[in-house]
Amino acid sequence: MIHSLFLINNAGDLFLEKHWKSVISRSVCDYFFEAREKAVEPDNVPPVIRTPHHYLINIYREKIFFVSVIQTEVPPLFVIEFLHRVAETFQDYFGECSETTIKDNVVIVYELLEEMLDNGFPLATESNILKELIRPPTILRSMVNTITGSSNVGETLPTGQLSNIPWRRAGVKYTNNEAYFDVVEEIDAILDKSGTTVFAEIQGVIDACVKLSGMPDLTLSFMNPRLLDDVSFHPCVRYKRWESERVISFIPPDGNFQLMSYHISAQNLVAIPIYVKQNISFFETGSSGRLDIAVGPKQTMGKTVECLVVTVHMPKVVLSANLSATQGTYNYDPVTKILLWDIGKLNPQKLPNLKGSLSLQSGAPKPEENPSLNIDLKIQQLAISGLKVNRLDMYGEKYKPFKGVKYVTKAGKFQVRT
Amino acid sequence: MTDSKYFTTTKKGEIFELKAELNSDKKEKKKEAVKKVIASMTVGKDVSALFPDVVNCMQTDNLELKKLVYLYLMNYAKSQPDMAIMAVNTFVKDCEDPNPLIRALAVRTMGCIRVDKITEYLCEPLRKCLKDEDPYVRKTAAVCVAKLHDINAQLVEDQGFLDTLKDLISDSNPMVVANAVAALSEIAESHPNSNLLDLNPQTINKLLTALNECTEWGQIFILDCLANYMPCDDRESQSICERVTPRLSHANSAVVLSAVKVLMKFMEMLPKDLDYYGTLLKKLAPPLVTLLSAEAELQYVALRNINLIVQKRPEILKHEMKVFFVKYNDPIYVKLEKLDIMIRLASQANIAQVLAELKEYATEVDVDFVRKAVRAIGRCAIKVEQSAERCVSTLLDLIQTKVNYVVQEAIVVIKDIFRKYPNKYESVIATLCENLDSLDEPEARAAMIWIVGEYAERIDNADELLESFLEGFHDESAQVQLQLLTAIVKLFLKKPTETQELVQQVLSLATQDSDNPDLRDRGYIYWRLLSTDPVAAKEVVLAEKPLISEETDLIEPTLLEELICHIGTLASVYHKPPSAFVEGSRGVQHKRLPARAVITLVKRTGLSGSNMGAGLGVAPAAMPASLGGAPAVGGGLGDLFDLGGGVGMPTGSYVAPKTVWLLAIKAKGLEISGTFARRGGIIQMDLSLTNKAMSVMTDFAVQFNRNSFGLAPAGPMQVLTPLSPNQTIDVSLPLSMSGPVMKMEPLNNLQVAVKNNIDVFYFSCQYPLSLLFVEDGRFYRQVFLATWKDIPNDSEAQFQIKDIHLNSDVASNKLQGSNIFTIAKRTVEGQDMLYQSIKLTNGIWVLAEMRIQTGNPNYTCTVPRIVYASLLHSQ
Repeated sequence: MIHSLFLINNAGDLFLEKHWKSVISRSVCDYFFEAREKAVEPDNVPPVIRTPHHYLINIYREKIFFVSVIQTEVPPLFVIEFLHRVAETFQDYFGECSETTIKDNVVIVYELLEEMLDNGFPLATESNILKELIRPPTILRSMVNTITGSSNVGETLPTGQLSNIPWRRAGVKYTNNEAYFDVVEEIDAILDKSGTTVFAEIQGVIDACVKLSGMPDLTLSFMNPRLLDDVSFHPCVRYKRWESERVISFIPPDGNFQLMSYHISAQNLVAIPIYVKQNISFFETGSSGRLDIAVGPKQTMGKTVECLVVTVHMPKVVLSANLSATQGTYNYDPVTKILLWDIGKLNPQKLPNLKGSLSLQSGAPKPEENPSLNIDLKIQQLAISGLKVNRLDMYGEKYKPFKGVKYVTKAGKFQVRT
Repeated sequence: MTDSKYFTTTKKGEIFELKAELNSDKKEKKKEAVKKVIASMTVGKDVSALFPDVVNCMQTDNLELKKLVYLYLMNYAKSQPDMAIMAVNTFVKDCEDPNPLIRALAVRTMGCIRVDKITEYLCEPLRKCLKDEDPYVRKTAAVCVAKLHDINAQLVEDQGFLDTLKDLISDSNPMVVANAVAALSEIAESHPNSNLLDLNPQTINKLLTALNECTEWGQIFILDCLANYMPCDDRESQSICERVTPRLSHANSAVVLSAVKVLMKFMEMLPKDLDYYGTLLKKLAPPLVTLLSAEAELQYVALRNINLIVQKRPEILKHEMKVFFVKYNDPIYVKLEKLDIMIRLASQANIAQVLAELKEYATEVDVDFVRKAVRAIGRCAIKVEQSAERCVSTLLDLIQTKVNYVVQEAIVVIKDIFRKYPNKYESVIATLCENLDSLDEPEARAAMIWIVGEYAERIDNADELLESFLEGFHDESAQVQLQLLTAIVKLFLKKPTETQELVQQVLSLATQDSDNPDLRDRGYIYWRLLSTDPVAAKEVVLAEKPLISEETDLIEPTLLEELICHIGTLASVYHKPPSAFVEGSRGVQHKRLPARAVITLVKRTGLSGSNMGAGLGVAPAAMPASLGGAPAVGGGLGDLFDLGGGVGMPTGSYVAPKTVWLLAIKAKGLEISGTFARRGGIIQMDLSLTNKAMSVMTDFAVQFNRNSFGLAPAGPMQVLTPLSPNQTIDVSLPLSMSGPVMKMEPLNNLQVAVKNNIDVFYFSCQYPLSLLFVEDGRFYRQVFLATWKDIPNDSEAQFQIKDIHLNSDVASNKLQGSNIFTIAKRTVEGQDMLYQSIKLTNGIWVLAEMRIQTGNPNYTCTVPRIVYASLLHSQ
């Protein structure tokens, strides 16, 4: 199972180590550093690295490498999933997962790691349970603790851990009972030069924020459940009822959690909300080029496209850009070679356009590669797949909760080729 | 206030200060001090000197303080074993605390103290905790057994903890079951033959019930354990599949992949015409696609596994090509894997799409990726014949871009296309030649030279082109030099009149001015060939060459089968069998896909008749076909006794005397005689090579045709010295079982090709089946009888072995030497009955009963039966 964990920052400093079995010397990380060096970009470090006696499985999150050491045959996905869970737990506890916050809370971090893994076997990874065992730090609590001498660690057995619903703690009480669901869809797409869709799919998730007293049993139903044929559920969802009735029936964990994720790949269902016309060309002589990008709405279902950002990764030889934008602001970073055009809200009456000239390093040959455009956008109150929640029913408790559903569509990996 | 304050005191007397604080009367001060100690520990400072002071803080009712002290203990107990004993009492006391959290915490920490002296004291508390009324304590204790086993395996066995652990598999709490399975699996890894996880339909049922209710991590352990089970028939297999399928919708990708493994494996047992089989295939695609929308690291592992799955069952993902399209911001390791899978999925139906994508990738920024994309176009051409033309024109388009590394890569792959479709696309040669000057990589230069040589007769200025390369001959790499030599010789054979000077020049460069032995030797060979017999030279050098195929990229089928059994593991990421690289797993067992493979083998033997017994999972009557039915083998069994009839001969595997396999008159003077032997688990082919010709023989090599059990040479044949006339050399060739499998007639037939400097010769020989009896062929005594009874009566064969004057004990010993194990012996009315078992290298079990009448030299060997591997036990 998982032997040890090392946390390493972007500069290559090892700032935390934790061993669940015998201690493994940190020199094992040299193999990681070697791979890191070779990969140039931190994103490109291979997730599984083989050393003579160990395997290093790592993830890269928030500028931190989580490097785990294993010695025997362990499913790598198991390790990677666990590392993600560690990162999420830090995020959950400290608001952000960064070197500074980890160092600031090192004892809690240690207690958490000890609680999450025993001899390399996962022990408690549910946020609900962890929070019962080890209370997250708040400014108020650390002050209270200092004054009263009370501690961060729960004194009792976490109740949920043994019941059939290990994800929920017992004795939850709220004065305002509320359940909110966010249907978030991301469009992953590749459009080619002419604007034709090469590939498009929707990655959807339903995030829930449920603050209900007692043991509520919820049922969520959709207007059009047929859209969903590829789904992954939170462990709390009763799979049998989904199979037979296409409703989501569950006893929720307390607080924030991801209820389900789904994946829609049928091309006809994936609407592309905007179109992009672009022309980026470089001249053989004169060390210059031209750029002309225009964006307009396509299938927006009558909603407004917001937070529209176009990012262009320019070839290395592009020194600067002299452009003018009819809307929004642009910025070219000559170090990272990234052109960023922040458009904001898309106005259908006046289509935004960015054009002008690019200057190249003098004497350099015409760039060989075609730059690629990445699009970011957001559409409120719309799930682009058309998915709609029908109703939410609650059983098992008497009170009447506040309920709400929000929809939002974003661009995921949305790429336009040139 | 944050914990960073604990790092601020780096003054000289730090340890001293801490010591004082630890011994303070104030609880709060103590706790703060322990926190400081822990903080120093986390950053690698040595605070072991404080050991006694910290341990003193252990006896407290403050849970946080207790936990902190435990943290410290785990870290330093190893370096202070004597001190650590001080802690034992507290542990023992804590294990009886009314609060289950404390009991669990104590038992958990105990196991992490890796000090031999202490472990003994911990046995009693652990035993209690394993039977604790609270499941939380039991599940913690289960893991503790694994920890203890890691420290002192003998102790754990002596104390009977393994049995207690096995009992926990039937626990009422799913979390306890999951942890027991996890602990047993980990222990089993260091005991490959211990049969710790004794899986039978009852335990499987318990595991499946627990599967629905335990945590995601527990589900992974249980699924991985299930994957080791061999269902006894297709119905059981289907019912397990049905209960595992819901796991495909789990949010945890490791659960999903482990479920995929179970399904891929058990699916093998389902009849293909079953409706459920089709349903299952359809259900597998969406979860695999979903894995690709996860984080990059998860995607990578998923892609490595999908690569295996599409090789085994391309039908699952054949419509999902688009999800493998590469995105601009994918990390490079994801890009390369996606590309590989795209090629594997490429077919006539989607090739247009694939090519358009590949062409797009060829203009990307990342050079490695661009190169691989260009290569991929070539592989498509070789794989999908109908697309070859389109691929070639795509490559030509890319050459027109004049991007240096793209051009070079394109030329390398066009060479391969020529090797697959000779004389079809020479029209493009002119375009290739235009780029001659820009080639600076050896591989591309060598490819271009090969093309020029191969098509010399159609290139008007071939001699000029090659001559231009020749100028800098000594600066070229060996690869280019060799190609250049061959190409010029080819050119000379095609156009002898104009190129005599050129060929002489290259031959002298290669033989006289080069210190590369390969080059020199090849030069001499050509030289002699050309000077002695130009016609023969033409036949040799310009001979028609076999076409290349895409299969070179595929994983060899037996390895693929094994890897499918290891989906989701490191082995699947590296595409190597676990035995090849996992350290510390002593004697890893090779896993195999179940059932249908075996049954089809039986079918092909043709004797099995009506009841294929798919319903029973028993492959009947195969044995008569392979053992009893074939007289050669019946005799073979007799041979095993013949061993000189020798009393007091050391028992060992029987080795037949060498027989002549290849006659000298049929093989231009080479005579080969040989036999097979099994020595210490290794199969060897003993050969005697005799040279009955007049000239020296060298360059021996050997190759096997596909055969029933996948026998293949484990390494090259080692004939170190040339074989002079009238000399005989004995060679022992170790064999492996990893070769390609094809049913032979008779079953034990082996076709061999031996090559030497003169020619290639073919012969066939038969190996005794006893060669394939493995050392761990002892069937489980407890289940022998039940299994025996379960086999239908009509799947037996009987034969007599005559004239053996041995009593049953001697016979039994003798047979054991050949890995035929006597499981039980019974004497009924003056007859000795021996019950025996044999296991073949491919996992087939054979059970047999041998009746020996005292004084009667004829043995009756009844019912060699075959049972499908691991029917009742699992590995």
